[in-house]
This record gives sequence, structure tokens and C-alpha cells, in this order.
Amino acid sequence: MKIHLDRAKCTALGVCESMAPEWFEVNEDGDLDVLVDEVDEGQRERLEEIVRACPTAALSLGD
Amino acid sequence: MSAPFEFVVVGASLAGLNAARAALQHPSAPRVTVIGAEEHLPYDRPPLSKAVLKSDEHERPALFGSAELAEHEGCTVILGATATGVDTAGHVVRLGEREVRYDVLVIATGATPRTLPLETPPGVHTLRTWDDAVAIRSQMRAGGRMVVIGAGFIGSEVAASAKERGMDVVIVEALEVPLARAVGETAGAALGSIHGRHGVDLRLGSGVIGFEGEDRVTGVTLSDGSTVPADLVVVGIGALPQTSWLDGGGIEIDNGIVCDSHLRTSAPDVFAAGDVARWDNPLFARHMRIEHWTSAQEQGSHAAQNALDPGAATAYSHVPYFWSDWYDSRIQFVGVPSGTPEIVDGSWDAEAFTAIYREGDRVVGALTLNRRADIMKYRVLIAASKTVEDARALARDRAEARALKAARA
Ligand SMILES: Cc1cc2nc3c(=O)[nH]c(=O)nc-3n(C[C@H](O)[C@H](O)[C@H](O)COP(=O)(O)OP(=O)(O)OC[C@H]3O[C@@H](n4cnc5c(N)ncnc54)[C@H](O)[C@@H]3O)c2cc1C
Repeated sequence: MKIHLDRAKCTALGVCESMAPEWFEVNEDGDLDVLVDEVDEGQRERLEEIVRACPTAALSLGD
Repeated sequence: MSAPFEFVVVGASLAGLNAARAALQHPSAPRVTVIGAEEHLPYDRPPLSKAVLKSDEHERPALFGSAELAEHEGCTVILGATATGVDTAGHVVRLGEREVRYDVLVIATGATPRTLPLETPPGVHTLRTWDDAVAIRSQMRAGGRMVVIGAGFIGSEVAASAKERGMDVVIVEALEVPLARAVGETAGAALGSIHGRHGVDLRLGSGVIGFEGEDRVTGVTLSDGSTVPADLVVVGIGALPQTSWLDGGGIEIDNGIVCDSHLRTSAPDVFAAGDVARWDNPLFARHMRIEHWTSAQEQGSHAAQNALDPGAATAYSHVPYFWSDWYDSRIQFVGVPSGTPEIVDGSWDAEAFTAIYREGDRVVGALTLNRRADIMKYRVLIAASKTVEDARALARDRAEARALKAARA
């Protein structure tokens, strides 16, 4: 499962980082980095929760 | 066949949407009804004082999952309908004459702007809804002078947006220090000074006693007798939980709907979520009612899950988070603003800083100005009940990381 980040929407509010610092980090330039290419399917529920928690709806999940 | 399980939500905004969505995804497949006073499907409020005011073309800000809610066959959305009361014994929500039966009820009626106890001529606005934002924006087109009453976060954002559009902007604030309740006095003063740096006049200790103009506002009269000329006025003096429709019912109200740690109200099968809820947050062992996007979003789902799986219900333990965007600056706060903050990175008069808040040895809050990379690292520390020393160490690490990056550039 892949995490898609819509950079046009993201303003690095960081909610995702606080929920999963191992997958997301706001870098020194103030932009969000997605730290992983693939996430195990078993993590879907947790990721969906993070997607919903994004205040700018910038995250989505793909195959 | 037995009657379907009725999951009813009052309030069709962020918390209500998330409650409904969680219910629709629940394996028990309850029938979901959402009742909302506004005519619109749930939309997003934070852009209303920011991007929406800055651009005439900006449309009603979408909220994740809002369109799907209306299309879902298990869900009925009743818009433009104001709930007028709850019969907690009969398990019924009243909408005037109409009644909606519930097995579980989630109340997510949010907050409504406080108003001044004064006569207000046309041209004096509050900002909470899309309709409010459109009304303000249409009058900003003419340019001229804007007076913002209240130097809180929403007022400050409106002032910044108006300034960006080329208006002359004055903010009048009754207190000597802005934002004291939200971030404490030292930090409030530091944030207040951002306005001056952008050519917005912040007048502190200035109470408003009246307005000038009859068909249209022309000025704001202050407690010292002076008048500030105005073509448009926005009042941003805080918000009150929307609980008046529950008065006299069986649900305990005290600065919001009183909830336990599980977001349960005093009435059976009734939960509350979002800006209207004052719940017992186990992480800080205190009741809190907060008006932030993240808690409203999370509480909606959390309340729904607890309502539908009472056996597996959990406490809602939460590190509050909010952000605010003024001019080109981002302010972010996590935790609770106890006591006097300590600067751990930068300085109060700098364009970027980090300050922490403590209770005993424990770090309980952090405020950053233009430190997007740092704030959530403090949130993680606070969630884990770490110490002030841990936070100071983090601050040193962050400063080092920035220095390294600067050296590479
Ligand atoms: C201009 C503005 C800017 C903001 N910026 C930020 C920001 O930058 N960062 C941040 O963290 N937070 C921000 N917020 C706060 C955030 O938007 C709120 O915390 C969030 O909207 C709360 O959601 P809610 O669902 O609890 O309540 P609300 O969004 O207030 O929604 C409650 C809904 O219930 C309806 N309702 C009320 N009474 C009844 C009734 N009796 N019957 C039926 N319906 C009823 C109301 O009409 C409303 O639609 C901002 C808010 C505003 C207004």
C-alpha cells in the first residue's frame, strides 16, 4: 500500500507526523516528507485514521 | 425484523461528520441521521478567515468525506433543520414539531461567536460560517478601513487577510495583552507584536463602547471616548458552546456539555464531541473544552466508536493542537498553556521561536512561531508525559539540526 501526498494541499500542519513519526516528518524547510515508499497492508486501519486526521485532506492511500 | 438501530447526530460540521462516518463504517450498520442547522453539507472552517477572505474566487472549503456522507444509502442528512430539544427519557430529538427517535445520540453543535452587548449597524460582522465569510469578503472588495475587535486567533487572521488585500487595518483589544488565555501573557505579547511588524495597528486596553453610523458603520467608539473610523468591522471576541437548545433538558451543561473521559454526557446513550464538549482528559487529569480542528475531528469518531462498542469503550486522551496563520507566519501550539512559558529556542522578539510550558518537572505545552519542523516532536514528548529536561534536550537537537542544514547550504 502506498501513501500519496498532494503537495498542493499540504501545508505541513504535522498531524500525521505526531500520529506516526516513523512514516511522516516535516523537514527543516517546513515541508512534509513521507519517509516510506510502501506500508504493510496490515496497517491500513491506522493509515486511514491518519488520512482522515489531515486538516488539509492532503493524504490518500493507493496500491 | 427488528427496528433498525438509530444513530443520530445533531450538528453537521467537522465533529458531526466524523461521528456519522465512523458509524457508517461500523459493522453493526446502524441507520444514521445527521441534523444540521446550516443549509450546507459539512465544510471546513479554518480557511474561512484565511484563504477564503484573501481570494474572491475561493469556493466553500471542502471537508474530507462530506460528499460521500450525503450519498451513502445508510445515511439521511437533514439540513437547514435546528434541533430544539432532547427528551432523554424518551430517546427523542425534537426539531420543533418533528421528532427523531435515537438509540444513540451524538451532540456536535459546536460553538457560536460571542457578540457585543451593543446596537450594531450594518457592516459589523462575526465570522463562524461560510455565509459569514462570504458577507465579509464581498464588503472587503471595496477596500477601505477595517476594524477588527478582539486580537484572538480568528481576529488576527482576519486582520492579516484584510491587510494582504490592501485594506487599512486596526485591531482593538480590551485586554492589555492579547491571547493571554490561549498562550499566557509573555507569549501573547510576543505574538501580538507580529501585527505591528506588518503595518497593522494593534490597540491594547481599548474596550469598545459603541458604533457610529446608522445605515452603515462609519466608526468604532472606544472606552477612552475616541473613535476609530471604519468601513467594515469584524468582531472576534471568542465563541460560546451552542448548548442553549438543551436548556432545561436532562443533560448537564457547564461551559459546554459535561462529558466523562469517554465523551459520555450525563444522559444515557448521549455523547458529545467537538467544540461543544467539555470532557475529562485523562492525559492532563482535567476537564477541558477546546475549539480546535483536530480535537473536533477525533472526538467525532471516538464518541461514535464508544457509543457503538460500549464494551470496548476507551477514554479520549489527547494533546490539544491548534495552528494559526498570520501574514507569512505560522503559529502552532500543542498541549496546555500552564504558567509562564520558557523560551528554549530563538527569542520572543524573533521571527521564529519555540517556548515550552511546564507543570512541575513535566512538559505540558509547546508554542512555536515558524518552526513547522519542530512542533510535533514536542507533541510526542507531551503525549508521553516527558520532562522539561527532555524538552530542552529536544530544543538543542533541533537547533543543531538547523545549524547543520545552514552549514550545508
Ligand atoms: C474562522 C475560523 C477559523 C478557524 N481556524 C482554525 C485553525 O486555524 N486551527 C484550528 O485548529 N481550528 C480552527 N478553527 C476551529 C475549528 O474550525 C473548530 O474547532 C471546528 O469547526 C469545530 O467543529 P464542530 O463540529 O465541533 O463545531 P462547528 O464547526 O461549530 O459546527 C457545529 C454545527 O452544528 C450546527 N448546529 C448548532 N446548533 C444546532 C442545532 N440546535 N440543531 C442543528 N444543528 C446545529 C451549527 O450550525 C454548525 O454547523 C477555526 C474556526 C473558525 C470559525
